[in-house]
Amino acid sequence: MDQPNTDVIPGTLDMLILKTLSLQPMHGFGIARRVEQISRGVFKVNPGSLLVALTRLERSGWLDAEWRQTENSRRAKFYSLTRAGWKQLEIETAEWSRRTLAVSRLLKAEG
Amino acid sequence: MRPLRSLARGLHALTRRRDADQDISDEVRHYLDLTAAAHERCGLSPEAARRAAQLELGNTTVVEERVRSFGWENVVETLFADLRYGLRWLRSNPGFTAVSAITLALGIGATTAIFSAVNPILFEPLPYPHPERIVGIRYAFNEAGAGEQSFGTFREVAVRSHSFDAIAVMKAWQPTMTGPTEPERFDGQRVSAEYFRVLGVHPGIGREFDPADDRPNGANVVIISDGLWRRRLHGDSGIVGHQIRLDDALYTVLGVMPAGFNSVVAPTAEVWSLLQYDPSLPADGREWGHHLQMFARLRAGVSIEQASHDLDAIAHTPVPEFRRPPYASMQHGLPMTSLQRQITSGVRPALLGVLGAVFLVLIIAAVNVTNLLLARGAQRRGEFAMRVALGAGRTRLTRQLLTESVLLAVIGGVLGVAVAAVGVRALIALSPSDLPRLDAIGVHGTVFVFALVATTLIGLAVGVVPALQASRHDLQATLQHSSRRSSRQGTRRVLVIAEVSLALVLLAGAGLLLRSLERLFSIAPGFKSSQLLVMQVQATGRRLDDAGTNRFFADALDAVRRVPGVESAAFTSELPLSGEGQTERYAVRFENDATPADAPPAWRYGVSPGYIETMGIPLIQGRTFDRGDLTQVASRPVLISESLAKRKFPGQNALGQRLRMGGAADRPWDVIVGVVGDVRQLSLATPQAEAVYATTAQWMWADRAQWLIVRAHGSPASLTAAVRNAVWSVDKDEPVVHAMPMDAMVALSEAQRRFVLIVFEAFAIVALALAATGIYGVMSGSVTERIREIGVRSALGATRGSILGLIVRQGMTLTIIGAIVGLFGAAAASRALITLLYGITHLDVVTYVGVTGVLLAVSAAACWLPAWRAARVDPAITLRAE
Repeated sequence: MDQPNTDVIPGTLDMLILKTLSLQPMHGFGIARRVEQISRGVFKVNPGSLLVALTRLERSGWLDAEWRQTENSRRAKFYSLTRAGWKQLEIETAEWSRRTLAVSRLLKAEG
Repeated sequence: MRPLRSLARGLHALTRRRDADQDISDEVRHYLDLTAAAHERCGLSPEAARRAAQLELGNTTVVEERVRSFGWENVVETLFADLRYGLRWLRSNPGFTAVSAITLALGIGATTAIFSAVNPILFEPLPYPHPERIVGIRYAFNEAGAGEQSFGTFREVAVRSHSFDAIAVMKAWQPTMTGPTEPERFDGQRVSAEYFRVLGVHPGIGREFDPADDRPNGANVVIISDGLWRRRLHGDSGIVGHQIRLDDALYTVLGVMPAGFNSVVAPTAEVWSLLQYDPSLPADGREWGHHLQMFARLRAGVSIEQASHDLDAIAHTPVPEFRRPPYASMQHGLPMTSLQRQITSGVRPALLGVLGAVFLVLIIAAVNVTNLLLARGAQRRGEFAMRVALGAGRTRLTRQLLTESVLLAVIGGVLGVAVAAVGVRALIALSPSDLPRLDAIGVHGTVFVFALVATTLIGLAVGVVPALQASRHDLQATLQHSSRRSSRQGTRRVLVIAEVSLALVLLAGAGLLLRSLERLFSIAPGFKSSQLLVMQVQATGRRLDDAGTNRFFADALDAVRRVPGVESAAFTSELPLSGEGQTERYAVRFENDATPADAPPAWRYGVSPGYIETMGIPLIQGRTFDRGDLTQVASRPVLISESLAKRKFPGQNALGQRLRMGGAADRPWDVIVGVVGDVRQLSLATPQAEAVYATTAQWMWADRAQWLIVRAHGSPASLTAAVRNAVWSVDKDEPVVHAMPMDAMVALSEAQRRFVLIVFEAFAIVALALAATGIYGVMSGSVTERIREIGVRSALGATRGSILGLIVRQGMTLTIIGAIVGLFGAAAASRALITLLYGITHLDVVTYVGVTGVLLAVSAAACWLPAWRAARVDPAITLRAE
C-alpha cells in the first residue's frame, strides 16, 4: 500500500461491482475489499458511493440482495448477480474494451 | 421487471420506513465494523482502528442519508411531508386560509361557471354527426341585411343545387294537445321532409317523414320528442302508428326522437310536423312570405365555399321552370354560414365579453392571494431562516411554498366548483331566453377538467412570486434588515397597481353597459308601454276555417272590452319587441315603382280596429281603422309607417297611394288611408321601422296566433286573470300565453344586454372589493413596517393630520398609477363590447370619469383605516420598543 489510493475511474463503479459479484455473492465491505485487492490497491472504493450504487443496481434489477448470517453470526446484506446483471456485465465489459482500445490507439498514434 | 421491482421496493420503503431505515443503518454499521476489524488486524489498537474506519467512511448519518435518498419514494415522501406541513400551516392561520381560499373560490368558481356556459355555445361542436357540414342559408335583402327564406326560394334551391345531402326549411309551430287530460300547448316546428336528415339524427322508434306527405292536405303526421313521449304518452312504444289530437285534428305518430336529441334551431321544440306548403307556389299564399329558416347538410367533401358558389350560380341564373316574384328575385344572393356560427352569432359578443370579464376577476383574485402570501412571507422570515439554517436548500424551500399555494388553490378550487354549480344555475336563470344550447350548460366533464387546470395554474401562479422571494431573500435574511423591505413591498405595490387597473377595466365595462342600457330604455319605442297588458292568444283546431278564427278573435275582443278596468283592447299579429319579429316580413310594391325593386321587406301587422289607439301609436296623417274595415273588400285600406312614407313619397302626400304586399300580381292594389308613427319592432336598438298595417279581417288569411293588447285604467298586471277569463269565456280550450305588462316585455327585449350588464356589475363589484382589500393590505403592511419612522415623525412634531395625509397620499399614488394604467386598458379592452353598446362610443368620457371617481373613492376609504392607525401611533411606545 505504498502507492496512493485513487478513487475508481468515474463511470466504472457499476462495472467493477458487477464483475466482483460475478465471482461470488458478497456484502458491501467484501466488494470494496475485493476491488482493492484485485486492483492491487490502485482503486479505493468510497463506501458511501458503493452503498448508494448497490441500492441503485438492486433497484435496476441487476443485483439481488439478501440478508444472511455471516460466519461470525452477524446479519449482513449479501448481493448476487441476477441474470440481467450478467447481461449488463457483458455489455459494460464490451463497451469498456472498445473504449480502452480506442484510447490506447489514440495514445499510440504518431504525429 | 425493473419498474415493478422499483415500485415494490419504493412501496416497501414508504409503508415500512422504519424497517427500511434499520436495514440501511445495519448495512452501514456492518461495513464500519468490518473496516475497523480489518484495521485492527493490521495492528492498530481497537480505538484507533475504530477511528480510522470512521474516517474512511465519513459521517455515518450522511452515508445513510445518501443511500436513503435514492428512489422515487423520496419524492413522494417529501411531497407528503410538504403537504402535511402545508396543511398544518394553513390550519394554524385560519383567517388567512379562509380569506385566500374564499377569494380563489370566487375567482375559480365564477370562471368555471362562465366557462361551463360559454363552452357548449361557442366552442363545443353541435351534438350531431359531422356538425361542421350543417349550414344555415339566408336570403339577402340587400348588401347589409339577410333574413328568412320563402318557400318558393327553397323549392328552387332544393331542386337545382348539387352541394347538399339534405336541405330543409322550418318555422315555429305551437300546437295544443287536447285529449283525456288537460290541454297543453307545445313548442314545435313545421318542417319540410328532410329536416331530420339535415341534422343527421333519426327517430329512435318509428320512422322519418315521407316527402310524399309534404303537400297540401297530405297526411297529418307528427314526430315527437322523447320527453313528450314519456311525459304525456307514458313511454308506450306502441304509440307509433297511433293518433294523437293536436289543435283538434288527429295526427299519426310516425316516430319518437331518441332521448337527448335536441334541435339547436328550436331548443324547446317537442313536436314536428310537415309544412305541407303548395309546391305549385300560388302567388297569394304564404309560400312567398319570407318567414322560413333554411338549413342544409353539405355533401361530404364539399366545402362551404364550394357550396356558396353553387348557390350564387343558382341565384344569378334564373331558369324558366322557377318563376321568381320581384320580392324573391335572389339578386343579392343566398349567404351561407355554418349552423353553429349562425345560431351563436347573436350571443357571441356578449359571451366573449362575459368570458373576458371573468378572466379579469380570476386574475384579480389570484393577484390578491399572491399579495396575501407575500404579506405572510414577510411574517415567516424567521421560519424560513431557521429552515435554511437546518440545511433546506433553495429549491426545497420553493417547493414547500409552492405546495402550500397549490394546496390553497385546491381548497379554493373545490369550493369553486361548488360556487360554479350554484353560479351556473343563477346564470341559466338570468340568461336571456334566446341563448342557444341552454340544455348543454352544466358543471360536468370538460368543465371539471377546466376547473382542475385553472386551479393548478392558479396555485402555481400565486405561489411562484412569494416562493422565489422567500427563498432568495432568506440567504441574506439576517444580514440586511432594511433593504429587504423595499423590494418585497415593491412587488406588492406593483401587484396592487395591477389589481386596481384590472378592476378599473371591469368597472369601465360595467359603466359603459349601464349607460347604454339607460340610453336604450330612454328611447321612445313609438308606443306608450305603460298601463298596457299583453298576452298571446291562439285559435287552435276546431274552427280551422278563416271565418271561424276571425269570429273567435272578434268575440274574445268584445268579451275583454267588457272587463271592468279595461280602457281599450285590440289584437295584432305581431307585437313590437316581443322577440317574435323577423317572421312576418313582406316585400312591398308600390304602384308608382318604376321597376319592381327588390326592396327590403316591411313588417306586416294584421290588426283589429283600435290597435293604433290602444298602443298609443301617433297618427301622423289620414285615419286609422274602424269597424267599417272588418268586411272583405277588393281594394283594402292600409296604414303605413312614417319612415316608409318618407322614403317612398318624400315631400308628397302618401294618402291615396297604392301598394301591394305579397300576393298575386293581378290582385287589386291596396290603398294607403293613413300614416302612423314608427315603432321599434325587433329591439329598441334597431330602428328598422318600415311597416304596413291591415286589418286581419281583410287580409288574405286569418292569423291564428295573435297578441291581445289591453290598455288598463289602473295597474295592468292586476287585470291578467280577468282578461284571460274573458277570452276563455268565449272558448275555454284556446291557449293564452306570455301574459305580462308591456313594460316587462320591453325590458325583456333587452334581456341580453341586461344579462351582460348584471354579470359585469357583479364582477366589477367583486373586483373593486378585491382591489380595495389589496390596497388595504399593502397600506397596513407599510404602516407596520414604517411604524418606527412614523413614531419618530410624530415625536419630531408631525401632526396627526400630516401623518394621515402621508399614508393616504402613499396609497392614493398607487391607486392613481393603477387608474391611469387601467384607463388605457379599458380603452383597449372595451373595444370587445362595441356591439353591445348603444348611443355611446366605447371611449365614453362620462363613463370613464365616473368609474375612475368610484375607484378613487373606494380606494381612499381603503387607505383611510391604516392611515388612521398610523396617525394614532404613540411615539413613546414605538421608540421604547427599539
